[in-house]
Amino acid sequence: MSSLPSSSRGRGRRIKVLVAKMGLDGHDRGAKVVARALRDAGFEVIYTGLRQTPEQVAYAAVQEDVDVVGVSLLSGAHFPLMRRLIAKLKELGAEDIPVVLGGTIPVIDVEPLKKMGVREVFLPGTSLKEIIETIRRLAEERRARGETLAVSASRERGQGD
Amino acid sequence: MANLFDEKALKEIAEKYTEWEEKIVPEWLSRLPERQKEFTTLSGIRVKRLYTPLDLKDFDYLSKLGFPGDYPFTRGIHATMYRARLWTMRMFSGYGGPEETNKRLKFLIEHGETGLSLAFDYPTLVGVDPDDPMAEGEVGVVGVSVPTLLDMEIIFDGIDMGSVTTNMTINPPAPVLLSFYVAAAEKQGVPYHKIGGTTQNDPLKEFIAQKSYVFPPEPAVKVAMDLIEWSVKHLPKWNPISISGYHIREAGATAVQELAFTLADGIEYVRQLIARGLDVDEFAPRLSFFFAAHINFFEEIAKFRAARRMWARIMKDWFGAKKKRSMWMRFHVQTSGVSLVAQEPWNNIVRTAIEALAAVLGGAQSLHTNSFDEPFRVPSEFAAKIALRTQQIIAYETGVADVVDPLGGSYYVEWLTDEIEEQAWKYIDRIERMGGMLEAVKNGYPQREVMDAAYRFQKEVEEGKRLIVGVNIFRSEDIEEIRKVPLLEFDQREIEERQKKRVKMVREMRNKQKWERALNELRRAAERGENIMPYVLNAVKAYATLGEIMGTLKEVYGVYVEPPEF
Repeated sequence: MSSLPSSSRGRGRRIKVLVAKMGLDGHDRGAKVVARALRDAGFEVIYTGLRQTPEQVAYAAVQEDVDVVGVSLLSGAHFPLMRRLIAKLKELGAEDIPVVLGGTIPVIDVEPLKKMGVREVFLPGTSLKEIIETIRRLAEERRARGETLAVSASRERGQGD
Repeated sequence: MANLFDEKALKEIAEKYTEWEEKIVPEWLSRLPERQKEFTTLSGIRVKRLYTPLDLKDFDYLSKLGFPGDYPFTRGIHATMYRARLWTMRMFSGYGGPEETNKRLKFLIEHGETGLSLAFDYPTLVGVDPDDPMAEGEVGVVGVSVPTLLDMEIIFDGIDMGSVTTNMTINPPAPVLLSFYVAAAEKQGVPYHKIGGTTQNDPLKEFIAQKSYVFPPEPAVKVAMDLIEWSVKHLPKWNPISISGYHIREAGATAVQELAFTLADGIEYVRQLIARGLDVDEFAPRLSFFFAAHINFFEEIAKFRAARRMWARIMKDWFGAKKKRSMWMRFHVQTSGVSLVAQEPWNNIVRTAIEALAAVLGGAQSLHTNSFDEPFRVPSEFAAKIALRTQQIIAYETGVADVVDPLGGSYYVEWLTDEIEEQAWKYIDRIERMGGMLEAVKNGYPQREVMDAAYRFQKEVEEGKRLIVGVNIFRSEDIEEIRKVPLLEFDQREIEERQKKRVKMVREMRNKQKWERALNELRRAAERGENIMPYVLNAVKAYATLGEIMGTLKEVYGVYVEPPEF
């Protein structure tokens, strides 16, 4: 399963982030500014471009083997789109890839989004520094988890052989 | 020559200036240093401590300013400006289905709004129907859903389309929405010569900003020019295009870039229309513009004044326009959405008021003021009313509308107007060397410039070089205050279902043969390169839907996909 780390997901590899725009929203200023800031912070960044479906984003996240998916939404359609993204990641066995969200998200929507499985919501006014640090932390936590899993998985395999 | 100051006076002022700078200023600085080492506008223009006649040494009053209502129109396009007629208070509005929007429009009219402006939802903006898979969750959210003629009829139920003017912020599907509007007006019995309003219909800026493009750049421009050509011939009161800097600015451009790119877009369109064989004085009076009013007060005012002067020169000197009206830059202004913040949202009322004041001092023809809840959602009635009242207070209480161009002659404002103009010409020259804006857009030049400026600005905010109250100075962490904002509530799912049902009903009830024939004729006209407007109007009257018409055109013109660069 893709929740198991591949060898390329070792400690030395640069953190890889997918910056995604979903739905028909054309506001790409935030997504591009964040993508640049992440690149300048030393991350490997892939930007999906506009008008992606949540399913396309989920496939891209798995295919590109990213550490974090960062979604930017200013269309007000965050609930249905994030729901579909998270469901698709789960379907692909990639629910371990943390998903974060930024944009014009009303504060009252944060809790329900987190319950749905969004790991972090960056409200308007969040600094790039905070976004970079959060993404780094989430990526590192996931890698650490992945390594633990890998060790136990290889033990299990060893026992089975 | 009509220089403002004679040699002798300037010499005397220069002597006094040197004395002030060398004796008085250092004394003050030693006691009280200045707050910053240097001060810059939002566009990065360095501003001095003081402006004097020395900054306007060769300032020729008649060639730079002249008189309002006369070339080069720096001081205003009308001789009497707001003393005779105030700007149009035109609130960008719309959400949900046509019923909700009809109610909102009536609410605004009742409270003194003087022009209408429709905001469409994303499916409408990119030309898909509410039951298209891409529309899921987006129907009615950022604006009103208008997939059919029937929806337009409902929006204007009880509103006389012969006496209001309506702006429609619509771009690739502009021919369809204009046809909806015209057909709905016809059904109300309004003759063509009484149909007034604006279609944004500015395709180039869609690639630079806003990003609700559909067709690739060349057919996108072709379709927009079709609308203009048709409108000039059939709808004498319609502004077929609103050449827009607003979105470019909101995407991160500086004031100078906003101005330069907008004018370069305008230049491209004028050339395209002339190439079609139209006479410049036939269409130029119908061109209109749209700018942002950001928070850096004087820079915005200077930008508006420079814009008028530059456009007048372009039309007269480059394109040989003869009519005064062809040289007029008529523009709408919207206060800046990106200048509003989520922290302590009530403060946005103040920001909007200051920006609106800049628009008025800059001589705008129409104005939208943002609501303070803009960082969260489309405005509530409560917030929209405050925004409208802000304009009314400026118009009726402050007295700023009582004198034409009251800041004309300010040493600083005139210097800044000149400076912005000069910097904007440099951009325009560069774009001209690239072969005009269509080529520049295809090469991604303005896109990169805007992106760079957006990133630069964000870094300046983070470094504390640009201060935003509540965000990086007097920082507010008070989430409870944000929770108190009464947001507009509506049942999006119910609206989406209603809109899906209605579009299905329209598809079932229409005359199938008529509909099919209309779409086939449209396709053939597009393939032949004919002006598509009459065919779109015909299809609309046969109740073809927005998605069907755009789908037909996409088959002929193709679809644009932006390279995912950042």
